[in-house]
Amino acid sequence: MTAAAGLAVENLSVEFRTRSGIVKALDRVSFAVAPGETVALVGESGSGKSVTAYAIMRLLDDAGRITGGRALLGDVDLLAATPAELRRLRGRRIAMVFQNPRSALNPIRSVGHQIADVLVEHEKLSRRAAAAKAVELLRAVGITDPARRASAYPFEMSGGMCQRVMIAIALAARPAVLIADEPTTGLDVTTQAVIMDLIGELSSSIGMATVFITHDLALAAERARRIVVMHAGHVVESAPVAALFAAPRHPYTAELVAATPASVSVLDDLASIPGSLPDLRRADLPACRYLDRCRRTQPECARNVSMVAPGAIHAFACRNPLP
Amino acid sequence: MRSALLDVAELSKRFPIKAGGGSFSRLRRRFAGGPEKLPHVHAVDDVSFTIGEGETVGLVGESGCGKSTLVRVLARLLDPSDGSVRLGGRDLSLMPARRFARDPDRAKVQMVFQDAGESINPRFTAFAAIADPLRRIKGLGGVALTAKVERTAAECGLPEALLSRFPHQLSGGQRARVGIARAVALEPQLLILDEPTAALDVSVQVVILQLLQRLKSELGMSYLFVSHDLSVVRLLCDRVIVMYLGRIVEVGPAREVFERPLHPYTQALVAAVPRLGQPPTQDRLQGEPRSPIDPDPKVCRFYGRCPQGTERCTVEMPLLRKSGAAREVACHLIAEVQT
Repeated sequence: MTAAAGLAVENLSVEFRTRSGIVKALDRVSFAVAPGETVALVGESGSGKSVTAYAIMRLLDDAGRITGGRALLGDVDLLAATPAELRRLRGRRIAMVFQNPRSALNPIRSVGHQIADVLVEHEKLSRRAAAAKAVELLRAVGITDPARRASAYPFEMSGGMCQRVMIAIALAARPAVLIADEPTTGLDVTTQAVIMDLIGELSSSIGMATVFITHDLALAAERARRIVVMHAGHVVESAPVAALFAAPRHPYTAELVAATPASVSVLDDLASIPGSLPDLRRADLPACRYLDRCRRTQPECARNVSMVAPGAIHAFACRNPLP
Repeated sequence: MRSALLDVAELSKRFPIKAGGGSFSRLRRRFAGGPEKLPHVHAVDDVSFTIGEGETVGLVGESGCGKSTLVRVLARLLDPSDGSVRLGGRDLSLMPARRFARDPDRAKVQMVFQDAGESINPRFTAFAAIADPLRRIKGLGGVALTAKVERTAAECGLPEALLSRFPHQLSGGQRARVGIARAVALEPQLLILDEPTAALDVSVQVVILQLLQRLKSELGMSYLFVSHDLSVVRLLCDRVIVMYLGRIVEVGPAREVFERPLHPYTQALVAAVPRLGQPPTQDRLQGEPRSPIDPDPKVCRFYGRCPQGTERCTVEMPLLRKSGAAREVACHLIAEVQT
C-alpha cells in the first residue's frame, strides 16, 4: 500500500532500552491518512500515541530504536531516510505540533524569527521576505496585532497564543502531513475550539493529511473522520467515527467510550476500566496486551491475535469481538 | 432551601504590580509626588455567592479568570483585599492567612490541589502526608493518629500496603487518593477541589469522581469544584458559578446553565465543549480578554469580545441579577428581556 501523498504507517515497532529491560513500546502499528483527511490516535497515557509520532518524525531519543516497519510519505520511507533527507523533509513535507508549546518554542528567539527560520530554510526566502511572510502567517493563525507580536518572545504570550505560533511554524511551508500531538491539552475549551477550527480549516484548504493525537475521545469524535484506538503499543481498533461509537468491536474501545464523561448524563452511568496497562518489559507479553483487563478473554487470546480485516474501513484486533 | 455553609460577600483580591524602572527611579518618583500609586491586577472583583450544606458547586471559567485566586482566598491561603468570607457564621477574612494556619477552624476548610504529584512533599510517605495535618491541626499522635490515617486511607480506597510508599512510587490515581485522603482526614465542612482529575486518564478519572461522590454522601461535606472540563462539572455539580475576568457572570443549577446558558460568555463556553455525535458548533469567541490591570469599573469585562455588546455595556457595569427562580446573570441584555 503506497499513498500518493498522505501518510501510511505500516507495522511500526519501537523498543526502548532501559536499565530494567527492553520496553516494547510499539508493536506492528499500522494506519494511513489520506490527503485532506484527519485521523485521530486515541488511548490512555502509555498507549504509545506520542511514541508513534516521535518515531514517524524520527525524533526518538537514543534509548529508542525502531525495530521494524515503514512510514511512507508519498514514496519516501521516513524510517529509512538519511539525516540529510530528513532535514529536507521535516518542516516542508511533514511537520509536527508539540504538546507543550512553551517548551517546544525557543525561549530566547522572537516568535517572528522562529517562523521566518522555516521559510528561509525551506522556501529559500530572503530574511526580509521571510519576516514579512511570518507576520502574514501570524495573522492567518488569528493573532491580533501580528506586526507587533512578531517581535515578542514566547514567555510574553499566553499558552493559546504560543500554540498558534507553533501551528504557524508547522504550517509555514504548507506540509503534506501534519502531526498534532495533543495540541490543545492544557488550553481552555474556548481556545481549544478556535485552535481546532484553525487546524481543520488549514488542512482542508491545502489538502493536508492530519494525524491528531488526543486522549479526549469526545474531541476526537468531533474533529476526526476516522479514529485509531491504541492500547499498550498496539492498534486495537480503527474505524470511521460514527461506526466506532455506534458499534465498537474491541472491548477496550467500548470501555473507553463508557468512561468518557460526555457519553453519559449521570455520574453513576460512567464505567471505569478495570486493571492497568501491562508491564511492557515482560518477556512473556501475551499476544493481546489487553488480556488481563478484558472481560471477554478466551484461551487463545494469549497466543495469537491479529488484526481482523486489516486495511478495511473497520478493523479490530480481537478474537472475541463485541457483536 | 438548604442553609448556607459558606457566605462570600463582595470579595475582592487585588495584586499590586511593580511599576517600571529600578528602585532608584521609584524612590525619586515617591519623593517627587507623594505616596506612590501602584497599578493593580484585579484578580477577583466584587464576588458574592453562597454554598449550602451538602451542596456541590462548580466553578468554571477560562485560565486567568480568577478561579484559582478565589479558591485560595476562600481556603485562606491568601488574604482578601475587600469583602468577607463567612463559614458557619464566623468571618474568616478578619484573620490573616498566616495566623489562620494554626486556627482550629483551619480543619473546616480543606483543599485538594490540582496535581497531587506536585502538591505532596516528595520526602513524605503516603502515611506521613496524610498524618501531617492531623498532627498539626487536630493534635493527634500515637495510636490514635495511626488508626485515623489508616481508616481515612481505607475510605479513600488506598490499601494499607501503599502507605509506606513515596509519591514517586505511586500511580497518578493513587497519588490523587492520597491528596484527597489528606484533606478529608480533617473532616472538613467545605472541601475545595482544584481540578482534581485534570492530570488523570479517563479510566482513572471515573474512579476518582465516583470516590468523591461517595465520600460526600458518607461524610456530609460541601464541595467547591473548580474545573475547566464542563462535561465533568455537569455530572458532579448541583449548581455552577461562571467567572469571567474576576467577576461572576452567571450562577444557576448546573443542568439548566449547560442546557440554556444566558450570558453570552457562558453561551460561547458551552458551545465550545465537544459533544459525542455532534458536529462542532460555529459560535467562537474572537479576540482576547481585556486587561485585568486597573480595569475601568464602568465597562463590562466581556465587552469587546461579546458578540452582542452595546453602548450601554461601556458606561454601566452589569451587576448580577436574578433571572428566574434559581438563576442569576450579569448582563444588560438579559435584564432587559426579563423586565
